[in-house]
Amino acid sequence: MRVSIPTPLLSYTQAPLVDAQGGTVAELLVDLDRRYPGIRFRMIDEQDDIRPHVKIFINRERIVGLDEHLAPDDEVQILQALSGG
Amino acid sequence: MSDAVRSGQVVLLVGTRKGVFLLHADAARNGWTLEGPHCLGHLAYHVVLDPRDTRALLVAAKTGHLGPTVFRSTDLGKSWQEATGPPAFPKAPEGESGRVVEHVFWLTPGLPEEPDVWYAGTSPPALFRSEDAGNTWAPISGWNDHPNWGLWTEDGADGTPGGSLLHSINIDPRDPQHLYIGLSGGGVFESTDGGGDWRPLNAGCEANFNPVPEPEFGHDPHCLRLHPLAPDVLWQQNHCGIYRLERPAERWERVGDNMPRDVGDIGFPIELHPRDADTAWVFPMDGSDVWPRTSPDGKPAAYVTRDAGRSWQRKDAGLPREHAWLTVLRQSMAVDAHDPVGVYFGTTTGQVWASRDEGDTWTCIADNLPHVFSVEVAELEP
Repeated sequence: MRVSIPTPLLSYTQAPLVDAQGGTVAELLVDLDRRYPGIRFRMIDEQDDIRPHVKIFINRERIVGLDEHLAPDDEVQILQALSGG
Repeated sequence: MSDAVRSGQVVLLVGTRKGVFLLHADAARNGWTLEGPHCLGHLAYHVVLDPRDTRALLVAAKTGHLGPTVFRSTDLGKSWQEATGPPAFPKAPEGESGRVVEHVFWLTPGLPEEPDVWYAGTSPPALFRSEDAGNTWAPISGWNDHPNWGLWTEDGADGTPGGSLLHSINIDPRDPQHLYIGLSGGGVFESTDGGGDWRPLNAGCEANFNPVPEPEFGHDPHCLRLHPLAPDVLWQQNHCGIYRLERPAERWERVGDNMPRDVGDIGFPIELHPRDADTAWVFPMDGSDVWPRTSPDGKPAAYVTRDAGRSWQRKDAGLPREHAWLTVLRQSMAVDAHDPVGVYFGTTTGQVWASRDEGDTWTCIADNLPHVFSVEVAELEP
């Protein structure tokens, strides 16, 4: 499925839209990290929580846990808020 | 560690709030060339050369709201890679909450006989070790899971505005199992078994923010330095003054009481002469009333002692005479091993200053940089 990548993570993917696979968000992030090593830990902490200011949407609905199921034609958007100077 | 005078090229490694800059000196340490930015936009808390190969650089980094990491270069900054396993706590068992590394703050290379070993200190105050030149990191459970960790660190909450910090990782050059660390807040701690167990080492240090007259821990050492050639000698610039300790003694002596009263002995960094354990430089800041933490009276100066803290001399030639409200953070002062010793500091206002005569005269060698977090010296082979 297609995954939208926020600009702070483009150094990993070199592209704003990439392909990744997984039956859940957790599996998708593992696949993303296999394709783009290191990207997952910048978004997800060691307790498997989404880091503050990182938001993940499936078909434009925000999810808060990584066990959400995904269908092959789902659209996944990863967004990152920027704040501060 | 050699006691030889060094004569190779000096490069200053400058970690800033917006990335890494390198300042290359000419042979006389007179002209300086600014290179960078590297890792632009990343918070670079500490940039350190591997003194064992003089080519590898490690950066303790974080990026805005993204997670913490370590960047590595094996060619003096020509190219960069990210650590494949940055410092991270173990995942907590299901149903329990676990700790999260907020940022990597401090890096210390291991001894020459442990060529790929590095240590990292983080916020919250945890300790990590790499055995593959900084590529992957493992928690040092003896500290991170010590039964007193929560007591000594107030569960990692007793910290600076930037978070509770583990910094100043010092390794006894005679024994890689003998470690000292500093916690802000928490105090100085010592391990003699490679980090398996720890004990506080704070007797004699004031903690005027604690109602207990002589607490065993809970102090705020801003910067702790062990002398590489006299490793029984420890110095610290503490939140409550400048202290010196000669082991096996256990009680710190407040040598900052010998500083001028109108300047005081509050500051962040302390640096030691590489060949003389009685010589140290500090950069005092205003620790009065609400703690402005700027140069006292807007008149910046370094101070040096050459007699183990019994007397201090002001070193301000070349620095602004007034209206200069500088702040120099705990990693932002450094020395080289030339003769005479070069002394360097960076400011939160984005300047880097250099003295090639042990602080007698100062020159601004970079300006308009981002907020400087750290300055370290890289001594390249001649």
